[in-house]
Amino acid sequence: MSSLLRLKSPITTIAGSILLVLLGLVPVFAMLLDDPFMLTLFTRIVIMAIAAVSLNLILGYGGMVSFGHAAYIGVGGYAIGILAHHGITEAWIQWPVALIGSALVALLIGLLSLRTKGIFFIMLTLALAQLVYYLGNGAYAYGGDDGLTILQRTDFGGLLDLNDKETLYYLCWVLLVIVLWLTYRVVNSRFGMVLQGAKSNDRRMATLGFPVFRYRLTAFVISGTICGLAGILTATYTDFISPAMMHWTRSGDLIVMVVLGGMGSLFGPLFGAVTFLMLEEILSSWTEYWKIVFGPILLLVVLFARGGIDGAMVRGAAGYALTGLITLFLIYVVHYLWYDDWIPAAVVLAGAAAAILAIWYRQRREAVAIASAGGDHA
Amino acid sequence: MTPRFITRSLFFFMTLLLIEQFLNGLQIGLLLFLLAAGLTLVFGIMDLVNLAHGSLYMMGAFFAATLTEWTGSFLLGALLALPATALLGIVVEVIALRNLYTRDHLDHVLATFGLILFFNELARILFGVGGMAIPLPDSLLTHFEVLPGLPYPTYRFLIIVVGLLCAVFLYVLVQKTRLGMLIRAGATNREMVGALGIDIKLLFTLVFGLGAALAALAGLMAAPITTVQIGMGDNILILALVVIVIGGIGSIRGAFIAAVMIGLVDTMGRAFLPNMLGTVLSPADAGTVAEALSSMLIYILMSGVLVLRPAGLFPAPGR
Amino acid sequence: MKMSTLLRVTGALAVSALALTAADHAAAQAKKIKIGFVTTLSGPNAAYGIDMRNSFELALDHMGRKMGGIPVEVIYEDDEQKPEVGKQKTDKLLQRDRVDFMAGYIWSNVLLASYKPVVDSKTFLISANAGPSQLAGEQCNPYFFAASWANEQNPMGVGHLLNQKNVKRLYIVAPNYAAGQDMANGVKATFKGEVVGQDMTRWPDQLDFSAEISKIRATKPDAVYIFFPGRAGVQFYTQYSQANLKKEIPLYSVFTVDGVTLKLQKDLVLDTYFGLFWAPDLPYAANQKFVTDYKKKHKDTPTFYGAQSYDVANLIASAVAATKGNLKDKEGLRKALEAANFDSVRGPMKFNKNHFPIHAIYQQEAYKVSENEYDIRTISKIIDNLEDPSAPKCKM
Repeated sequence: MSSLLRLKSPITTIAGSILLVLLGLVPVFAMLLDDPFMLTLFTRIVIMAIAAVSLNLILGYGGMVSFGHAAYIGVGGYAIGILAHHGITEAWIQWPVALIGSALVALLIGLLSLRTKGIFFIMLTLALAQLVYYLGNGAYAYGGDDGLTILQRTDFGGLLDLNDKETLYYLCWVLLVIVLWLTYRVVNSRFGMVLQGAKSNDRRMATLGFPVFRYRLTAFVISGTICGLAGILTATYTDFISPAMMHWTRSGDLIVMVVLGGMGSLFGPLFGAVTFLMLEEILSSWTEYWKIVFGPILLLVVLFARGGIDGAMVRGAAGYALTGLITLFLIYVVHYLWYDDWIPAAVVLAGAAAAILAIWYRQRREAVAIASAGGDHA
Repeated sequence: MTPRFITRSLFFFMTLLLIEQFLNGLQIGLLLFLLAAGLTLVFGIMDLVNLAHGSLYMMGAFFAATLTEWTGSFLLGALLALPATALLGIVVEVIALRNLYTRDHLDHVLATFGLILFFNELARILFGVGGMAIPLPDSLLTHFEVLPGLPYPTYRFLIIVVGLLCAVFLYVLVQKTRLGMLIRAGATNREMVGALGIDIKLLFTLVFGLGAALAALAGLMAAPITTVQIGMGDNILILALVVIVIGGIGSIRGAFIAAVMIGLVDTMGRAFLPNMLGTVLSPADAGTVAEALSSMLIYILMSGVLVLRPAGLFPAPGR
Repeated sequence: MKMSTLLRVTGALAVSALALTAADHAAAQAKKIKIGFVTTLSGPNAAYGIDMRNSFELALDHMGRKMGGIPVEVIYEDDEQKPEVGKQKTDKLLQRDRVDFMAGYIWSNVLLASYKPVVDSKTFLISANAGPSQLAGEQCNPYFFAASWANEQNPMGVGHLLNQKNVKRLYIVAPNYAAGQDMANGVKATFKGEVVGQDMTRWPDQLDFSAEISKIRATKPDAVYIFFPGRAGVQFYTQYSQANLKKEIPLYSVFTVDGVTLKLQKDLVLDTYFGLFWAPDLPYAANQKFVTDYKKKHKDTPTFYGAQSYDVANLIASAVAATKGNLKDKEGLRKALEAANFDSVRGPMKFNKNHFPIHAIYQQEAYKVSENEYDIRTISKIIDNLEDPSAPKCKM
């Protein structure tokens, strides 16, 4: 299952392109439907997609599970916020400072953490990101835990007016397309080949004479910088920075988006981000107990749609359809029973029953060979 | 009063305070050890990253609180909550996690993250939004004279005792019993153990149940101090992960040392940093800066350990 | 033309689900007052959000679900105690539901994240709890009101109480976040003795206070002052009592004991002191009606979070009635809100120039009503007409 093969799988590419085009038309839909909130919601989705794509570059292609990617969102955002707080709003100062800042932080974190592997790498990236988080928390000059309101958005000198919602949205969208294109180029370059080779066997790559550590570090810094870009956009779109934007759960969300969409696939993180955030929005608008539906959906995706949404598309629609059906059923149950007090109980029962049935069905079909469990350390 | 007398009594007084803070740190560390032990067992043996371990911690605490209310006795409630949580763990393993052993760690993360969300809402529906408290019996609300002039809450002392007993129990279990032998063998080479006619599926289920019971023990011991609330397992899970990573995956001994280390570093940081910084800053500033610094201490410690020893203090052999 | 038809069809298909909600709202443009209410309805602090919702609903019931004769619709949203989520829900309420008023907000960081889009769109925002000092001072705004208090106000009351109790040496423990800082600074603004120690604890994940309690024991102050809202308050009281310090060193608190925590704190809070602007037993008619009916409807005691929400509903109603339902008349609405011409459950109150209340602070205590039932009662009025110290910084 080489990632190149997946990239070339026509279904994913077609689906991804259609999704991109639809995203490009969001402002039109929002206008037609007279629903400005749709634009706001999708601005956030596109920004998170950029962050997820950046994480996928090292996680999906390089096998480096960074559990601290939210730190770069924070660095990018804080750079904008702090400069704006001091009255510096020119884009040609703000953006380079934010990007270079994220790159430097990524360089530092990469230098320290890339010597470890597997869960140790995961936890080390988390620990270092926590340090950045607590720095933000302790920055009382910039609001500490309360955060800081950005009173004036970045000034592009008449070139772009970021106060205009459509302009901001298209800026994010264009950047998403560029980032996807960049990822495609990187992954298919010699550099990308080494990165993917090192994922499956780093000793072999080292024996072949490639300085694996330096390749990984470079990828790590590129990824961190792109994530910093997502941070810039987050700060601009929310007019607000706070340590909460780099809380570890944010990093966890990004991993979930990538895995949900399909790691090591160009469009996977895009699918993941859109699905994750749309589900969150739709489910939470139906019931405040939405997590009791959302949690099992994640579990079912792992159990049935191996390789995430992207994997399901490549392998055929069966597993995907089943997952989708169960999801729809659960959503329907919640929706239908919304007004009554006993819904939570009914939802639990229905969800549990559906999950148990589905798993029982699966277990009958394929015997799970635990004995052959390999030690594939992520 | 001569200056010498003042210095000497101040010294004596500081020593007592130091011992008390040491006990506080030890107690926090041992509580963390209880939680981390189950996590490292499951991780080391089944190679399963179980983020829902924190949920079992929470459910154990809720079970104990409910059963204490029903039976009117904390001891009875605690003793009943342990098998109840073990059973819950076994159900979760059989239904969901058993199918994931052959998978990537990331699949584990996603699936068990889903379980966390599920259990948090489930707890809310079953036990209400208000959370619960376990009131201690009067016999545990007393004080225990550790040293003359140093009274220490009996219950906190009990936590230290239980934590140490549990460490000994796990050591004996893993090193001296047949089950422990199988566990160790299963961790090193599953196929071989399976080929020898051992039901590896059952073994794994049992280990998972044991891990769940340990999580419940941690939860119900913490409950009288920290109360029982939804999501109580989420943040502490990160700490438990830090512990097992510092200690080395699968190593009970490593988890023990790392947990006590973290407990002590955290407590000592909170206890003495403000005073140390107070010599250069105003008390209010010292308090805030010290808090920010002491929050970072744990992560600095872990980064330091991993930069020097990339597989933790006690890396498991053959990994 | 063909292109646009195609576009319309694709658009309609792709977002049919959203189209439904949008059509729904287009039909709802009738004469109706829409209020968006953002609070925490999930997670460990959901009990407070639910109490706020219950109280707001009760207030609407009391006014026949009409303000100035116009039917009211309230949309409640859950902020999950996260600034980012709160901001997104706020955007949704403003842009999709197009509410006429925004209300709610327990946490100051959620309020600060959501605040700008609301006031930028010239919608009135009435906080039902959070009262960060920035919004009371430099960042005060014609479209922002707090029906609760400014952060420093209640602790300032406790500071006066400490002076009245002749406390000379005080030890302060509060969580290290902005409100915690404000609450510590508030008490220091009025307390005349010496602060012999101050610990700022990790927020919100620190659950064990043994290190701080050991230091208190070693320092031997005359009194301890704490601020720990929600769950953390139960934890601190539990551990303080377990350390047997309650009788040796009196404990003063603010926002740490309420109807929800009291169910868990029980005996632990007896014989401790706290100061607040409201108590369930304040003898005003509006308050009696609120508390009695709340108890009847929910078999539970309301908290101050609920009391504030009840006031928010009545404040909005008074403004709508004063402008005869003309919601376009922003100037008129502001004047009416500033007048605070309604019966507050806290008794007499008026708005300062920064749109934060000026009101009295009372000394209170918890007491045992019967086995397993506890309540809060007023002991005395500490100070009348207390203003918050940030007001002079507000240029409005």
